Amino acid sequence: MKKPNDIILHAVTKVAVPIILAFSFHLFFSGHHNPGGGFIGGLAIASALTLLFLAFDIETVRANIGVDFKVVAAIGVLLAVLTGVGSFFFDASFLSHTFDYFNLPIFGKTELATAVLFDVGVALAVIGTSVTTILSISEDR
Amino acid sequence: MVRLQSIKFIKNKEGAELSWLHTMIVIPFIFALFVPFLYKFFTPRIHTGWFVFIVPLLLFLSLLKYIPTIAEGKTVYHSVPWMPSLGINYTTYMDGLGLIFGLLITGIGTLVVLYSIYYMSKHRESLHNFYVYLLLFMGAMLGVVFTDNVLVLYVFWEMTSISSFLLIAYWYQRKKSRYGAQKSMLITIFGGLAMLAGFIMLSMITETYNLREMFNQVDVITAHSLFLPAMLLILLGAFTKSAQFPFSIWLPDAMEAPTPISAYLHSATMVKAGIYLVARFTPIFGGNAEWFWVISSIGLITLLYGSINAVKQTDLKALLAYSTISQLGLIMCLLGLGSAALYFGYGDEATVYAAAILAAIFHLINHSTFKGSLFMVVGIIDHETGTRDIRKLGGLMGLMPISFTLTIIGSFAMAGLPPFNGFLSKEMFFTGVLNASQMNIFSMDTFGLLFPTIAWISSVFTFIYCMILLFKTFTGRYQPSKLEKAAHEAPLGMLISPILLASLVILIFFFPNVLSHYLLQPALIAILPIFAESGGIDVKISAWHGWNTELFMTLGIVGLGTFMYIYLKKWSGVYGLFSQRWTLNAGYDFAIERMERFSEGFTNQYMTGFIRDYVVYIFAVLIVMLGGSLWLFDGIAMDVSNDAPISLYEGGVVVGMIIAAITVPLAKSRLTAIIAVGVLGYLVSMLFVIFRAPDLALTQLVVETVTVALFLLCFYHLPEFRKATVPMRFKLTNLIISIGVGVIVTIIALSANSTRLFEPISSYFENSYDLAGAKNIVNAILVDFRGIDTMLEIFVLTIASLGVYTLIKLRLAGRD
Repeated sequence: MKKPNDIILHAVTKVAVPIILAFSFHLFFSGHHNPGGGFIGGLAIASALTLLFLAFDIETVRANIGVDFKVVAAIGVLLAVLTGVGSFFFDASFLSHTFDYFNLPIFGKTELATAVLFDVGVALAVIGTSVTTILSISEDR
Repeated sequence: MVRLQSIKFIKNKEGAELSWLHTMIVIPFIFALFVPFLYKFFTPRIHTGWFVFIVPLLLFLSLLKYIPTIAEGKTVYHSVPWMPSLGINYTTYMDGLGLIFGLLITGIGTLVVLYSIYYMSKHRESLHNFYVYLLLFMGAMLGVVFTDNVLVLYVFWEMTSISSFLLIAYWYQRKKSRYGAQKSMLITIFGGLAMLAGFIMLSMITETYNLREMFNQVDVITAHSLFLPAMLLILLGAFTKSAQFPFSIWLPDAMEAPTPISAYLHSATMVKAGIYLVARFTPIFGGNAEWFWVISSIGLITLLYGSINAVKQTDLKALLAYSTISQLGLIMCLLGLGSAALYFGYGDEATVYAAAILAAIFHLINHSTFKGSLFMVVGIIDHETGTRDIRKLGGLMGLMPISFTLTIIGSFAMAGLPPFNGFLSKEMFFTGVLNASQMNIFSMDTFGLLFPTIAWISSVFTFIYCMILLFKTFTGRYQPSKLEKAAHEAPLGMLISPILLASLVILIFFFPNVLSHYLLQPALIAILPIFAESGGIDVKISAWHGWNTELFMTLGIVGLGTFMYIYLKKWSGVYGLFSQRWTLNAGYDFAIERMERFSEGFTNQYMTGFIRDYVVYIFAVLIVMLGGSLWLFDGIAMDVSNDAPISLYEGGVVVGMIIAAITVPLAKSRLTAIIAVGVLGYLVSMLFVIFRAPDLALTQLVVETVTVALFLLCFYHLPEFRKATVPMRFKLTNLIISIGVGVIVTIIALSANSTRLFEPISSYFENSYDLAGAKNIVNAILVDFRGIDTMLEIFVLTIASLGVYTLIKLRLAGRD
């Protein structure tokens, strides 16, 4: 197969991907009070990864990001379940969440919520799922 | 719904913390988790069995500590709420009956594990599977005998069936193992389900799942119309598990399991679960004619059937299997006869029949000891000679002297000869059937004599097969040419377990009343609570009663049995007269084959392989179920008075959506259709924007984009798009289905909006910051209020992606 050499696509991707990723993280963390959250944050990260896969070929990206996305999905689900189970240790029912405010060195007064852990699980599951699906279909020749 | 509310979690008096009894049931399960690692790290240096050995030993020793408490007539009861809203508590209860079973499970379990260490090669066998299944069984069986909640009992009951299935199929490469495993599974699970139905009926009558509370409502149960169905269903469970006629056919095939398993599950413990169940439910059902007749007659038939069939077997294990069936029938029959005691209430007459229950428990223990040792010896013979076929064996007496001695003890005990424990319980059995023949209730005056007669005939056959087992194997001519290995005595380790059991056989004969005081009487009280006040019945077990009828019966058995054994060849042709076509096994095979063919044909009818058909099923069910229930429960409603007015923008977007939707089916090319679907999706996100739900809009946009990208990827693979000329019938079906789904979903949405059955949930949204610390209510819903939905959604997503992955990758692998 002829190897395409899309310089423009490569160049744009190299700039765009960090921006998309930064935006994704923003989406993820702002989710608590503003539009965003685990699901959409995860999807945005997945789209950044998909762009990478499109611009460069799958093998190259695989070599640099040595992550098995099936495992990522599994870890996400596991994390979500474990946050649910975690509430048992505080004598609360499954998936109870709590939150509080802390004074952190750089961020100042910050709200920390256990729901974020759950949301991380959601995001990882979404990333793993979508990238696995897209990769399996696109590798199918 | 009313029922659920009426069953409230019952507060127990003794406190709700986990007790040692709970822990004991759980220990085997927890230990099973570590077995694969122990196997992996220590094989082949240390046999995995040595680690497992600790578990039953520990449990056995700790159960021994309960004996004094139980012997004083006390019981142990602990309860932990498990699913309190459903009335299901993890309640453990120990009385005399449970303790005997617990001791058998752990005691024989210890010996079997020890024996298996020498029987199962650590170099060739997958020991981790073996011991995991064994531990699963052990835990489940302890659960069965120590639980007080019928639903928990059911779960543990089925777990014993499953572990038995796994163990029978342990050598799953063999066709016969798989066949036997399937057979046992089908029969015992069928019985288990019937039993569950019986339990549910009982709990409907008594409004509780706790056995203890059911016992307090015996009058209510007896008067209820569901009494008989519940009883028969529970008995079905007991009979299938304990291999009673005609369900006994699974037990001989279960002999494909490794011999330690046959000794453990299929003679000493699991098959006695049915006995346990009958004994456990005697306080509820006992004293009724139906209970009495069903159990004692089925038991008697099984006794006869098993003993007659055992004589014609040529495989030693098959012989033992049929003998187990017959002995189980004996115990079952005794339990049936003894249940008559509850008819009379406390008194002298009841004591006469209660002796039968005592005999049942006594024989239960005796059977476990002598049958356990016999199985182990047969395993030794198999292990050291390579065959179990009595036609090839013979003359092993001089080569395997210890095994020979053990077989003498075991088979004489089984035949009911002194000085072995089988003699005592056999005599008590005869006393039981003789007393039963004198009975003047339950129309026994007509049929009474049948009992001693059949019992005596079966005992003659029992005597014959015991002699076959002993003499055909150990005397006669030694034929080394027919054996795979040169016969020699087993290593000491393998002999320890049968030696211990055989010494118990003799010890029990000389000191039966010690056993009676500490174990049998408490168990009797558990089965017949009317004797709780007096602390049991006043029966001294002794070997010598004088020259009474029972002794003459035994003498007759020995005489006729010896005679028939010597002339076995002359009359064994009788067995050939019975056609193989009409056996129970043939019936089972026929039924299985027919059912397989039927289900295959039926499945092929609707599993066409066309996605179109499956989609039709799915949507047709949706229309019928949802539309049907809407219509049945009169749920259709339309009330727009609370809704906001429709603005121009919204109307425009909706019109655009309708146009896009109609374009999809009418599109000439696939690209148009995909674009139309995309337009539809983007318009939906536009609606979200109008309704000020930026989160949803954002998500919808991204999802839409990803979907289109995926579509484009798939585009490459799709076959050429052509307007196929589909028949009118298809088009019509499609039309009906699509319109039906659309209409139903619309009606549901409108009705749901117009009906207020519950408190509105909007207060959650308004207070999301206080409740979840989040200003974004969408996110608060997703991660907090409805977190479990999200969790299951990501489950589904992950599973779906794994599905895509495996579908594609497996197809690729298959192509290579």
